[in-house]
Amino acid sequence: MQKVFERPKSLNDRPFHYCPGCGHGIVHRMIAEALDELGLQERTVLISPVGCSVFAYWYFETDNVQAAHGRAPAVGTGLKRANPDSIVISYQGDGDLASSGTAEIIHAAARGENFTVIFINNAIYGMTGGQMAPTTLVGQATSTSPYGRDPKFAGHPIHVSEMLASLKAPRYIERTSLNNVANLTRTKRAIKKALDLQNKGEGFTFVEVLAPCPTNWGVDPGEAIDWMESTMMPEYPLGVFRDVKGAEVKS
Amino acid sequence: MKVLMKGNEALSEAAIRAGATLYFGYPITPQNEIGEYMSRRLPMVPGGAYIQAETEVASINMVYGAVCTGRRALTSSSSPGISLMMEGISYLAGAELPAVIVSIMRGGPGLGNINPEQADYFQATKGGGHGSYRMIALAPASVQEMTDLTVLAFDLADKYRNPVMVLADGNLGQMMEPVELQDSYPSTHDHSGWALTGPKGRKGHTVTSIYLDADEMEEYVHKLYRKYDEIERQETRFEEFQTEDAEVVIVAYGIVSRVVRSAVESLRQDGIKAGMVRPITLWPYPKAPLQRLARQAKFFLACEMSMGQMVEDVMLSVNGVRPVYFYGRSGGNVPTPAEVVAAVKQRM
Repeated sequence: MQKVFERPKSLNDRPFHYCPGCGHGIVHRMIAEALDELGLQERTVLISPVGCSVFAYWYFETDNVQAAHGRAPAVGTGLKRANPDSIVISYQGDGDLASSGTAEIIHAAARGENFTVIFINNAIYGMTGGQMAPTTLVGQATSTSPYGRDPKFAGHPIHVSEMLASLKAPRYIERTSLNNVANLTRTKRAIKKALDLQNKGEGFTFVEVLAPCPTNWGVDPGEAIDWMESTMMPEYPLGVFRDVKGAEVKS
Repeated sequence: MKVLMKGNEALSEAAIRAGATLYFGYPITPQNEIGEYMSRRLPMVPGGAYIQAETEVASINMVYGAVCTGRRALTSSSSPGISLMMEGISYLAGAELPAVIVSIMRGGPGLGNINPEQADYFQATKGGGHGSYRMIALAPASVQEMTDLTVLAFDLADKYRNPVMVLADGNLGQMMEPVELQDSYPSTHDHSGWALTGPKGRKGHTVTSIYLDADEMEEYVHKLYRKYDEIERQETRFEEFQTEDAEVVIVAYGIVSRVVRSAVESLRQDGIKAGMVRPITLWPYPKAPLQRLARQAKFFLACEMSMGQMVEDVMLSVNGVRPVYFYGRSGGNVPTPAEVVAAVKQRM
C-alpha cells in the first residue's frame, strides 16, 4: 500500500504536549515539512523560547537551544554569525517577542540578521496562565485585565509586523492566520518562503502567525476560531508587509 | 618581543589570538577600547564578526548563541553593564556553555562614576545571577596578566564548559605596560559532542537549562557542583610575596596588590614582618594559603578598592583563628602604600 501521509523527518515521534485547539502543534509541523521539502534539516538549529513552546526542542529532529525570555533573536544572531552555514529558526510567542524581547527583535531585524523568526501571536500569555500580553486586544479579558484591556492605562496592542516593516533591512515579513484551511496553506507557504530566503542568504525573515489559545481565552476550539475571525483578525490584518531585498545582506 | 600596549587593547589582541574572533558588546567606559579594538581587527580576521549589540542583555545572549556552535566568543563591559548580563551568565552556567566575560570595574552603586573600583567582587564571585551556579573569576594585576589570564579564561571555559570572568578595574584597562604575546594560543578542546552545528550524520544536540522535575533538577545541580568541586581542587591560583616568616598577612588582588607589594617592602624596612597573598582566582578562592598562614600570622588585613567585599572570603578562610581587618578606599581612590602601612601599624 502506498503511504500518502506521514510524519516529516524533521519531527520526532513524540506526541505534542499542547492543549486541544492550540496552534503550536500545527506550526511545528509546518516548519518541519518546510525543512524537509527544502532539504535543510541537517543544517538547522531551532531556538526554543520561554513560554508554552519552551519544549519545542522535544519535537524537532534538528539541533536545538533554549533561550532566555525574549532573548532568542540575540541568541540567533550569535548562532548565525558564528556559523553562517546553519539554518537558524527563532520560534517565539507574543509575551516573549513583543514584550520582554522588543529590543532584541527590533535590532536583529534592523541589522538584517539572516535568520527566520516564527512569531506565534495568540494575544495572551499561555504558559503563565493567561495574563495580558502586549498583543492583547482592547477589551479582551485576561487574568490580569479581568475587566478587559483598558487603553486608558494599559495602552493598545502592539502590531509587530507593521513595526518591523518600517525598518530598511528586513527581507520578508508576512502575517498569516490559522483560522481556516486557506490560511493554513498560506501560513505554510510563508514559512517555507522565509526559510528558503534564509537559505539563499537574503536576510531577515519574519512570519507572524495568528493562533488560537482556547484554554486561556476560556472558550472551546470552535469558539476560538470564531473569535479570531470576528475580533482578532480585524485588529491584525493579514498580508505581506515587506518583501524586498534588504539594505544589506548577511550571509 | 615586548610591545607597549594599553590593558584593554592587549586583552583584546590576546582574545583574538586565542581564537575568539566573535565579539559582541555595548559601549561603556572604562572598557570602550575593547569594543573599538575588536571593531577594527575582527573584519580582517577570517570568520571574524564584531557586533555592537543593542544592550548588554543582548551582548551576553549573542555570546550564548555563538558559543553554542563550539566557537570562542567574547563580550566585555563595566559594572552597570555587567549587572545587565547577570541573567545571561546564569543561563550560560545552567546550560554548561563555555564563555568569557571581561568586567572592567568602575565606581558604583548606580551610575556611580568611571573611576576604577573593585566593588563588583560579590557580583563576580557570589552569584549575581539567579540560581545555584558558580563562575570562575580571574583577577589580573598587570597588562601582561590581562593577556595571560584572558587566554587562561578561554582554556578554563572550554575545559569545564562554564562561564569565566576576567575581573579587572579601570586602572588595568587604561594603563600601558610592555606585554609579550604569542602569535596564537591554539585550543585543544573538542566540542563536537554537543555543539549546535546542525544534525548532519548524527542525532540532534540540545542545549537547555530547564528541568521541571524536582529530582531531575536536583540531580543536575549536584552534577554542576561536582564540577565546581573539581574546579576548586584543580584551578585555584594565587601568588605569595614574602610570606615565609610573615606575622602580618595582607590580602589584595588586582591593581591593589601592586600597592600592597610596595607597602610590604616598606613595612619590612621598618622591621615589621609583613607578607602578601594575592588571589589570582577569586573563585575558586585560595583558602589554603590563608589557612596555613593563620598558624603563624598575628593578623590579616584585606585591602581593596571597595567598602569590603573580598574581606569576607578572607574571614571564611581564616575562620576565626586570627583577627581579620579591612582597609579600603572607594569612589575611584586608590590606596597608597603609606595608607596601607599606616593601616597595618594601627593594628600592631
